[in-house]
Amino acid sequence: MDIAVKDGKIVEKVDERKAEVVDASGMIVMPGGVDIHCHIAGAEVNSGRLLRPEDHVKDVEVKTALTRSGVGYSIPSTFTTGYRYSRMGYTTVMNPSMPPLEARHTHEELDDTPMVDKASYPLLGDWWFVLEHLRDGLVEECAAHVAWIMNATKGYAIKIVNPGGLEAWGFGGNVRNVDDPVPYFNITPREIIRGLCKVNKLLNLPHTIHVHTNNLGKPGNYITALDTMKCVEDLAEGTHPVIHVTHSQFSAFKGSDWRTMSSGAEEIAKYVNHHNHVTLDMGQVIFTDTTTMTADGPFQYGLYQLTGNKWVNHDVETETSSGIVPFRYKRKSAVHATQWSIGLELALLIQNPWKLCMTTDHPNAGPFTAYPRIITWLMSQMARKKTMMKISKRARRNSLLPTIDREYGFYEIAIVTRAGQAKILGLKQKGHLGVGADADVAVYNVNPELVDPSRKYKAVRKAFKKAAYTIKDGEVVVKDGQIVKPVYGKTFWLDVKTSLPMEINDDLKQKFREYWTIEYENYAIPESFLHVSSPISIKAEV
Amino acid sequence: MPKLKFSLLTGRTIDQGKGKEMGKLSKEYLESVIICQIDPKDMRSLGIKENTNVKVTTDFGSVVLRAVKSARAPHPKVVFIPYGPWASLIMNPKTHGTGMPSLKGIPAEVESAPNKKVLSLQNLLAQFHKEERP
Amino acid sequence: MTVVTGVTCPVCGSFCDDIELVVKDNVITDVRNACAMGAAKFLNYATHRNLRPLVRKNGELVEASIDEAVKRAAEILVDATYPILYGWSNTSCEAIRVGVELTEEVGGVIDNTSTVCHGPSVLSVQDVGIASCTLGQLRHRADLIFYWASNPWSAHPRHIERYTMFSEGRFQKSTWRGYLSRLRGLVSKKRLQRAANLVLRRDVFAAPEVEHRLPYSMFQKKRKMVVVDVRKTRTAEAADYFLQVEPNKDYELLQAFRMLIRDEELDVDKVAGVPVEILEEVADIMVGCDLGVLFFGLGLTMSEGKLRNVDAALNLTRDLNNRTKFLIMPMRGHFNVTGADVVFTWQTGYPYAIDFSHGYPRYNPGETSVIDILCRNEADASLIIASDPVAHFPRKAAQNLVKNPLIAIDPEVTPTTLMADVVFPSAFVGIETEGTAYRMDHVPLPLKKIVDPPKTCLPDQEILQRILNKVRKLRRNQN
Repeated sequence: MDIAVKDGKIVEKVDERKAEVVDASGMIVMPGGVDIHCHIAGAEVNSGRLLRPEDHVKDVEVKTALTRSGVGYSIPSTFTTGYRYSRMGYTTVMNPSMPPLEARHTHEELDDTPMVDKASYPLLGDWWFVLEHLRDGLVEECAAHVAWIMNATKGYAIKIVNPGGLEAWGFGGNVRNVDDPVPYFNITPREIIRGLCKVNKLLNLPHTIHVHTNNLGKPGNYITALDTMKCVEDLAEGTHPVIHVTHSQFSAFKGSDWRTMSSGAEEIAKYVNHHNHVTLDMGQVIFTDTTTMTADGPFQYGLYQLTGNKWVNHDVETETSSGIVPFRYKRKSAVHATQWSIGLELALLIQNPWKLCMTTDHPNAGPFTAYPRIITWLMSQMARKKTMMKISKRARRNSLLPTIDREYGFYEIAIVTRAGQAKILGLKQKGHLGVGADADVAVYNVNPELVDPSRKYKAVRKAFKKAAYTIKDGEVVVKDGQIVKPVYGKTFWLDVKTSLPMEINDDLKQKFREYWTIEYENYAIPESFLHVSSPISIKAEV
Repeated sequence: MPKLKFSLLTGRTIDQGKGKEMGKLSKEYLESVIICQIDPKDMRSLGIKENTNVKVTTDFGSVVLRAVKSARAPHPKVVFIPYGPWASLIMNPKTHGTGMPSLKGIPAEVESAPNKKVLSLQNLLAQFHKEERP
Repeated sequence: MTVVTGVTCPVCGSFCDDIELVVKDNVITDVRNACAMGAAKFLNYATHRNLRPLVRKNGELVEASIDEAVKRAAEILVDATYPILYGWSNTSCEAIRVGVELTEEVGGVIDNTSTVCHGPSVLSVQDVGIASCTLGQLRHRADLIFYWASNPWSAHPRHIERYTMFSEGRFQKSTWRGYLSRLRGLVSKKRLQRAANLVLRRDVFAAPEVEHRLPYSMFQKKRKMVVVDVRKTRTAEAADYFLQVEPNKDYELLQAFRMLIRDEELDVDKVAGVPVEILEEVADIMVGCDLGVLFFGLGLTMSEGKLRNVDAALNLTRDLNNRTKFLIMPMRGHFNVTGADVVFTWQTGYPYAIDFSHGYPRYNPGETSVIDILCRNEADASLIIASDPVAHFPRKAAQNLVKNPLIAIDPEVTPTTLMADVVFPSAFVGIETEGTAYRMDHVPLPLKKIVDPPKTCLPDQEILQRILNKVRKLRRNQN
């Protein structure tokens, strides 16, 4: 079967005499990779880079005639990030945490991330305007404000992290469950999640609300994850998802403390298998020295207390917070090994691959360069067994993996690493090779007709590590894992058009000064600020 | 002339800050950076009259500046010189492996020098030599 | 005549963006809301400026065309084995990005003014981390404010009114009125003292008796400010309490506080000249606050101990977070020095003192920082932009800088441009050209173009881009 590309799009056919031919015979051809959740740009990522010179010194990229120099390992510099994704055949990446006040910073860094198309999600779950409007039951007003901030920050989706907990963290507190009221604001996390879910529907946004649950990383938190998914069950219409629970591994712990911590993956998977309104991404743990960074200030503080490592905290006025702590996942730690098992259990127990995305919540559970390894774990029970032999005995005893013999096929891998991700994101031109799609293609040097991925997983890993070809917008940019043509991708953002006037009146402009320390006119990012702006026009119901 | 051991601080002042925005060659700037603020009690022990010149010496050089009474007293044995070309002549370049030179807390000697003149900027810069190039 | 609002002031790290300018015929005629430094800049930037590119011939700087200057600059950089490209703190992020690319191309060292300013703070953060926030968090929530070895009255004049004591927040009110009445009291006290001096011939500057108890106001439930410094600065006069510390003894004082926060006892009577009873009371107040913040300045980074002082301060904040909410922030002084650190970090992984001579970024302050490189006499050329090292570097470093070929990019005439071999006049960022810059708390803000620059003054990023293009051309011809 042949695929024809013209002017950056997949077309029915082209004149073969004039076309450049890429011979992919004997290789697997997939749409370019899509990563729904990877921390690669912005204030918190950059603070992480600053924090870890020791992480960079062991992994350098030398300048070449075509590429800029840089460093890795868990938090690569921007050029290196783009090159490394492209070398693995990825063409679209989404930065999931953008403090709205510092959105400019995120976009500056995204502009310096070559080779891939990108977008970013503003953090709105603790924004004072959201908390106040939802507390007062003003869902439509809330929606109008969310539309404004989506445009102002050039964002792509509503991101919610530990809803209510970040506002409580402003004074050093947290929320304990979805019904624990937020101090001073008289609203519960449940109300925030439901409210923003309704807002998301009113605004017709392409993706659902993207939620990092309360109580992340706490033994017993699978209950909170279930509560979070249940609390918007009634808001679902038909089979469309209304909530995406991100890096779900971190929210699938059973037990009451670290000694009794075990996997809650079975319960989560059971729920997801019976409900169509939820999608998830994995957050798969890799045994390595990495860096945790999330907007969940109190969680990160807890991690610092647990490890005694260096700790960065950055609270953002009126909006959100963040924290960074270096972290090493050890095979012999029963807890870490159980976490490793949880991610895979979720992926293997959830029957429909369209509901799941493969991620490591880069760099929280591991660097994105480990994706090929995760692919082998999903495709080969043998590969899983090999890793299991080296992990903590207790974790091995308790793990469900020995009882699961499901192995992903190449088609399912394509779904969880690109097709499903694009669909969940609502990116209609990505994740497939049908006519009209963006010509983002990845060719991997492994022959699905000859190679049994269950046994020859090492060959599979090698193939996915270095794409034979990566094609971006119809141009060959990577060949045999080397950059052959540096390009800069587009930045997607939502241009939400509400029927209510978008002008925020003088009263609100005045409120602006009360809430923030910058002027209203300096907050919004003009379209010209983005190097390659690609707005997506949305018509809202308000 | 009596000499006393001091701790030298360099730093910003509002006048130096304003002056630098007006231009490094402006009168306001130059006047703001050629002063040395001394605790009035120390001035008396050294026999220094306000607005006369003093010589400040560290291990790295010496410079003549105009003495002024510090409005921030008491701070015995501490003198303050605003950042600028004159202060830089006597700062400690040693970074102790940190990259940062020692610009505060430098041991210094201060003595009255009413007959010495403060260097003009031109003469100060003339002390820097360019290497002979073919 | 037009009034431009929402202007971001390009002077210090406070980044007041509520400045209003009155512009007539391409000249700024009035400034509102700015402090003395900001007003001085907006009204006087056009005096003492470079208007033409200059090239040194036979020992004298003479006017040249922009192309000639670009060619000479490119030749200097290409011929050099180990050039340093320094400054970057007074220009926009857009220009800084080109600067990193240029340094990478010539295999030199890129460094910014952090190296003589808050470099040690950065080093400490890399060891300990930092519990911080954006300034608005403090305006809304902070009820205990420490300025340690920092004097905002002189260096960040509107800091207190915009972000701390005299600002209004959601949870905390301004203490402006309380300050005014205290100030009146202070002024009359000084008047009485002067009168007493004349009448009684008493020494009015006698050192006050050392107090062993904090004033009563410190125990009231209200917003408070404490200043720790070696001399009683104007900021200290406005404070609720001033802690005078002996020079070079901040480390001991910080560690003493750490011990007290951890409920340990001190075996001595005094630390750094402060009685232990006072320290114990201050520690109690620290632990009892709703949200405290410690702003620290160059008194910590520049005195003995340098980064170890900052280490102690960062660790003190960490320890305090076990008991209450406490945050810390370095008082970055230079306009966009934070932006320079931020851009360097995302493009190279490191914040300053980055060496590209091996083809990839290497970072080792003490080895790759410019003061050390200059003192060891290893650099053989330099490009200085948006800063004035000839005026501000210790003499030995400045001497070694001047003796080698020096390219200067600056809108103004400075001691550095006077000693340069090539001078490029540039446009003032935030006045004559737009850009992005970062506030001391890492919040990015846009800088506006208010007036047109003279035709011969180009924006920094354009000058750098031209030099970069020429450098690439020369290297291609060489190969």
